[in-house]
Amino acid sequence: MNIFVLLKQTFDTEEKIVIQGGEISEDGVKFIINPYDEYAVEEALRLKELHGGQVTVISIGPPRSAEALRTALAMGADEAVLISDERIPADEYSLSVVLAAYLYKVTADVVLGGNFSVDQGSGQVAVRLAQLLNLPHVSSVTKLDIADGKAKVLRDAEGDAETIEVALPALFTAQQGLNEPRYPSLPGIMKAKKKPFHQLGLSELGLSDAEIAPRTERISLSLPPQRQAGQILQGELKEQAAQLVSLLRSEDKAI
Amino acid sequence: MSKHYVVIAEVRSEQLRQVSLEAIEAARLSAHEGDTISALLLGHNLSEQVSQLSRYVSGQVHVLDHPDLEHYLAERYCSAIIPVLESLEPYAIVLGHTAMGRDLAPMLAAHFQAGQISDVTAIHRNGSELLFTRPVYAGKAFEQKRFIDGRHIITVRPNNIPPAAEAGSPGEIVQHAYTAPVNLRTIIKDVITKASGRVDLAEAQIVVSGGRGVKSAEGFKPLEQLAEVLGGAVGASRGACDAGYCDYALQIGQTGKVVTPQIYIACGISGAIQHLAGMSQSRIIIAINKDPEAPIFKIADYGIVGDLFEVVPLLTEEFRKALA
Repeated sequence: MNIFVLLKQTFDTEEKIVIQGGEISEDGVKFIINPYDEYAVEEALRLKELHGGQVTVISIGPPRSAEALRTALAMGADEAVLISDERIPADEYSLSVVLAAYLYKVTADVVLGGNFSVDQGSGQVAVRLAQLLNLPHVSSVTKLDIADGKAKVLRDAEGDAETIEVALPALFTAQQGLNEPRYPSLPGIMKAKKKPFHQLGLSELGLSDAEIAPRTERISLSLPPQRQAGQILQGELKEQAAQLVSLLRSEDKAI
Repeated sequence: MSKHYVVIAEVRSEQLRQVSLEAIEAARLSAHEGDTISALLLGHNLSEQVSQLSRYVSGQVHVLDHPDLEHYLAERYCSAIIPVLESLEPYAIVLGHTAMGRDLAPMLAAHFQAGQISDVTAIHRNGSELLFTRPVYAGKAFEQKRFIDGRHIITVRPNNIPPAAEAGSPGEIVQHAYTAPVNLRTIIKDVITKASGRVDLAEAQIVVSGGRGVKSAEGFKPLEQLAEVLGGAVGASRGACDAGYCDYALQIGQTGKVVTPQIYIACGISGAIQHLAGMSQSRIIIAINKDPEAPIFKIADYGIVGDLFEVVPLLTEEFRKALA
């Protein structure tokens, strides 16, 4: 089975966000594999263990994204592809067109990605890609079983659980609960150094600037207003409960 | 030239969703005088919801009503919607940022080679330009985006844009025939509606959330009782989900859902930065925790230092009295 995993390197979720010169500062920030993409990597490795085949991880991003791909190789992926080119806009339209240009050329049985990225959080790229490749997709999957050229998946839809059957090739996005990602092992880290690592730019993909012209752009960034600590209520717990309800009613007009 | 806005509305548990009315308002905020706002609704046995919807749009209400469309299925919905949209030639398509909207919008965006701005929380007009605000890093920061050109597709986050008021005259209802796609590759085998009768977490006006402090699945009971009295939804921190006390579908935080209710009640949640990212835009935050040093108190409007198993039932009682 030929499995491709879309992977993005993101800020560690514990990082505080600092805006400097209109941009989010990357000074001293720890980067990780987007947690949802990590579920996708783990699922790809499990599928390979069950059915055999090859797992290729693909990322679009700055050169530092190579670290995230190396981590996926150390977890057990076979091959990595980093598409790094400053001309690629951060717009989801552009990103999906770039990924499609690469994936058009391969024969994928399964494409896996995260449900969304914890930084941009738009959740568009993988689903757009499925449409561009004319692949059926199921998003937000919490269980994925493959047999006889078909996948039977469980999908989380706002708490509802849907069982969906889909013919392969197909694309899936991983939701929390799908699996428990493994850690890279020491032998895995050693082996990762020898695995194929391809770096590509727009010209290798045969894409022009016009073909990936963005449809949207960021105008500004801001931090949300700081919340101030409010009032710690005092007295017997019963009195505090009564006081809280009365404050919500009279002060906040919230009930 | 006047422009056409199409809102793809949504029904859940046989109700027209609140976020669909918010999406209509988002279209109104974006539109100029003379522009048309229409709605498109898919599902089965929709007559009631269609007539309700028609009161909110001055343009047409386009309906695809068929047993095959009872449940959302990406392939079916997408192939049913595209011919209708192609005939309507909308300038903008607006959806709720719901399970359906999150899945459908990028498919439409790819089909129309359009830009999409997801999870919009506010819309501002700057001269002739529209600016769309959305959270990044799960609400640790906000960006303003604009469309460069082409068709506009946006999804709006529930609870942030006020719902539309009824329009002057009801919109005309247009029924469309549904033809099943020829090469259907996906099928729905089963749907288990866990949330039946419950308030949806993303749309809830009041959220009662539990953390590790609830200690067990059983420990969520008092929280559920409080949520029920308040007509709210139950949520959880990652700690509670990881410990197996509840389903990941309830998780609020940087991984998980982002909620913006009127009132957020955090019970036994210490307040890790990842959790705060998912709830800190709530209007009023109430923290209940035994530990007076818990970081959640630094951002809470009201704090009660105490055992949630004592405090939550007392609160339930007080709310019950107040709301009687």
